Amino acid sequence: MSNASARSSFAAGFLRTFIAPAVILAILYQAIVAAFGKNDYYMYVLTLSCMNVILATSLNLINGFTGQFSLGHAGFMAVGAYLAGSLTKFTHWPFVPALVVGAIGASLAGVLVGLPTLRLRGDYLAIATLGFGEIIRMLIIASDQIGLKFLEGPRGVMGITKYTSFGWAYLLAGISVWVLTNFIWSTHGRACVSVREDEVAAEAMGVNTTRYKVMAFCIGAGFAGLAGGLHAHFLQLLHPSSYDFLKSVDYLVMVVVGGMGSLTGCAVAAVFLTVFNEVLRRALELRMLIYAICLVIIMLTRPQGLLGGKEISLGAFKYLVPSYGRSRAGSGERGLT
Amino acid sequence: MVEFVQQLINGISLGCIYALIALGYTMVYGIVRLINFAHGDIYMVGAYIGYLTAHRIGPHFFPALIIAMAGAATLGVTIEKIAYKPLRYAPRIAALTTAIGVSIFLENAVRKFISPNFLPFPEMIKRVPFEVRGVTFSNVQIIVPLVALLLVIVLQYIVLRTKPGRAMRAVSLDKDCARLMGVNVDKIVSITFAMGSSLAAAAGVLVGIAYPRIDPYMGVMAGLKAFVSAVLGGIGIIPGAALGGLFMGLAEVMAVHFINSAFKDAVAFVILIIVLLVKPSGLLGKYVSEKV
Amino acid sequence: MSTAKRLVSLVCLVLVFALVAGCAQKPAEPAKPAEQAKPAEPAKPAEPAEIKIGVVAPITGDVATFGVNTHRGVELAVKQLNDKGGVLGKKVVLKVEDDKNQPTETAAAVQKLITQDKVTAIIGSVASKCTLAGAPIAQSNKVPMISPTSTNEKVTQVGEYIFRACFIDPFQGAVMAKFAYENLKVKTAACLFDVTNDYTKGLAESFKANFEKLGGKVVEYQTYNVGDQDFKPQLTKIKAQNPDVLFLSDYYNTVGLIAKQVREMGLKCILLGGDGWDSAELGKIGGTAIEGGYFSNHYSKDAKNPEAVAFLDAFKKAYNEDPDALAALAYDATMILCDAIKRAGKLDGGAIKDAMSSTKDFKAVSGSITIDPATRNPIKSAVVLKVDKGGKFAFEALVNP
Repeated sequence: MSNASARSSFAAGFLRTFIAPAVILAILYQAIVAAFGKNDYYMYVLTLSCMNVILATSLNLINGFTGQFSLGHAGFMAVGAYLAGSLTKFTHWPFVPALVVGAIGASLAGVLVGLPTLRLRGDYLAIATLGFGEIIRMLIIASDQIGLKFLEGPRGVMGITKYTSFGWAYLLAGISVWVLTNFIWSTHGRACVSVREDEVAAEAMGVNTTRYKVMAFCIGAGFAGLAGGLHAHFLQLLHPSSYDFLKSVDYLVMVVVGGMGSLTGCAVAAVFLTVFNEVLRRALELRMLIYAICLVIIMLTRPQGLLGGKEISLGAFKYLVPSYGRSRAGSGERGLT
Repeated sequence: MVEFVQQLINGISLGCIYALIALGYTMVYGIVRLINFAHGDIYMVGAYIGYLTAHRIGPHFFPALIIAMAGAATLGVTIEKIAYKPLRYAPRIAALTTAIGVSIFLENAVRKFISPNFLPFPEMIKRVPFEVRGVTFSNVQIIVPLVALLLVIVLQYIVLRTKPGRAMRAVSLDKDCARLMGVNVDKIVSITFAMGSSLAAAAGVLVGIAYPRIDPYMGVMAGLKAFVSAVLGGIGIIPGAALGGLFMGLAEVMAVHFINSAFKDAVAFVILIIVLLVKPSGLLGKYVSEKV
Repeated sequence: MSTAKRLVSLVCLVLVFALVAGCAQKPAEPAKPAEQAKPAEPAKPAEPAEIKIGVVAPITGDVATFGVNTHRGVELAVKQLNDKGGVLGKKVVLKVEDDKNQPTETAAAVQKLITQDKVTAIIGSVASKCTLAGAPIAQSNKVPMISPTSTNEKVTQVGEYIFRACFIDPFQGAVMAKFAYENLKVKTAACLFDVTNDYTKGLAESFKANFEKLGGKVVEYQTYNVGDQDFKPQLTKIKAQNPDVLFLSDYYNTVGLIAKQVREMGLKCILLGGDGWDSAELGKIGGTAIEGGYFSNHYSKDAKNPEAVAFLDAFKKAYNEDPDALAALAYDATMILCDAIKRAGKLDGGAIKDAMSSTKDFKAVSGSITIDPATRNPIKSAVVLKVDKGGKFAFEALVNP
């Protein structure tokens, strides 16, 4: 291959991988701020949506793409939130390093959970991860009895600086979805999908299934920790009840409604369910009844989730350009089956 | 020593409560392979039917029990027809999510249409405390384990020795093959749900008697603990659920006795994870090797 | 891909995201003038014909029963006010939001009430954890917020716009410790509380600290988790120590359940508790087991407090159920707030806040209330009630720690 064509393909790849998503994200951002920027309440809900996007997409990596049934996502979020929140509050770290440390801490917790539970499958794994999540929460509740008095157990830590703005949440949600998408379409990501599809066959083909399961837990938990850090600096409060088992179920619902194995699908579902929850708030006593009925109806009409295994990708837009669509149609279809 | 024996009794009676709820859980799972998240809420509805019946006809145990079981069975079959049956060939996680939806629906429907308050459960069985050498227990603490044991035996008999039981086992092994062999799969699944739900209702009424306070959210924690017990014993295995429940109950009580009550649930979960690591398919589960 | 190319792409990636981040920061500037313009807008047109008050309560979720009762208390107060011609000649309109007892939800609800409904003041929420999440938003928007039942000391420390109508955690623990040691003359005590709930934990902690300071001994200090129904393992440990009194700081429903198991286990100790006991349901769930127990409360029916008697009657008439402490406190919170609005004479957050801080000897259901301007906590004395036969409460003592 000549040097020139290599350079042009590099440029095209670069355009596709870096520039295009960034430009689209930036345009979308400007559009959102122009439309809702003046209303604090809308911005609040949108910020919350962004955090839920991070949580849902990262859970989808574990549950949807690697096929490991995890019910402990809120536990990883708690690790990130408490680490990041404590760092900015008690040691006065700046925001970004605290977030990074929170995410790393959570991903270590993910490895810790991932390693011993690899022997387990399906529902047994679900119970084990649920157990881990609950253990983390119980330890936080008992924190003032085990020498971590500053975490104040069930009273929670208040007075955390409000660093998280919509801009931060949006930026980090964008980065999360971008990183996860590229991970899934990388060699490692394909290996994760092969673990989901057929573990034995994957192993026979030389895929180190153990490694990829742990990797999925590590990355997924890391992003959950990141979202946790954002959440702590958004709510200005650390409280163990924000990270209980029912929260993990909420994120699972987002993943299933969006489509197991569809990152964009579950991102859309995360935004949709967050906004829907707000819309229903005024219904008071009927609120959760309506929510429950809608959830059942969605699942009955779209058992595979809103998008199934498909993705909303830039590929879809390629068809708008006639010549491009013809020559590169094959590469546009990224849907998983 | 007296204290330890007392704790042992406490653990067994708590474990039997978990076992009672776990039986229905494991029953449904064993046949349909569905984690029925709504099971804890059917248990709650069962307790409420018992409560309402007792208010209408007075605190008589057996009528309340039978009406609660019948009502819950009807409810269980209705839920199965509306929410689970259309998803029988969809990914398992889809049915799990509708189960979550049903669970939220039941909690909120009871809260909205009956009462959001905690209700005192009528005393259907007169509580008689005994004391033997400093160890205290009550008649309810004897009745609950007996009922749990009886239910295990009856269920094992039905599943292993009767014709519908054989059909159930066939469906659990291979739905399509069972259908080809002339088993009415829909009917068997409905029977399973009816049985599982009436078991939940029986547990609801008995727990209502043991701990006389009911509320719309009582099924959440109970359902979770029962699910854990069922998995611990080997999900889908009926004696396993009973054993798992006992194990959980004893683990919690011993954590209070030897460590600290603040870590009770954490200790129970640590034990759970250790057991699963040693026996990945539960206490009584058989390890099924993968076919390539 | 060569190392150089990777490096180039990494640098470009950083630049691109920096670009996005740059965009992210920019719009903050134009948003500001809009914010500044806001207060000018509502001031220009004539004052609205109604007073909007926001309510945040857990109408759904695990403590729905408390949320519903809080909502009823507020609703009853507003109905009575409107029947008498409203406040400042204006009708009071409630904007009620559900928060599922989750802090994130409370913050969203408070933000919504302020931004969308432009409420004058907010009543809520029930649990301290929720109020703590909502309070910073109310504070930064200068909207007065009064929580009927959040007992955590830190709630009102958020800022000068945040008030409460209830006792703080350390107060009741001190009252009961003093009552146990001096009135009941007991020397040993045990505590049993919900470790996940800061209210029950706070009471137990302060009871323990005060009881030991007085010279008593806390021989067992046991916990359980929310939703637990079986307390026999903990009671077995307590029984081995045979304390004179057992301090149960949870709400009536759990206390009723525990009391039954206490007697079943053959424990003879006297039961003590806090204002969470105050409900007609206590006797229904606890039966005879709870009789002879003592708890601290804001008011008693026998105290010949006309407000309390009128409230009990009106509540019973409106909802056909007896009110609990939450309903009474929510009713009081509403009345304190509306009284402050009346005295402020206008719907301005700052003025209402000032009026609220200078509340003095306000005749409320839970006694005569004076708000301490420094802490924004109510100053009121506690009464100790005894649970008599049939679950009736009788006045026992007036205690000031």
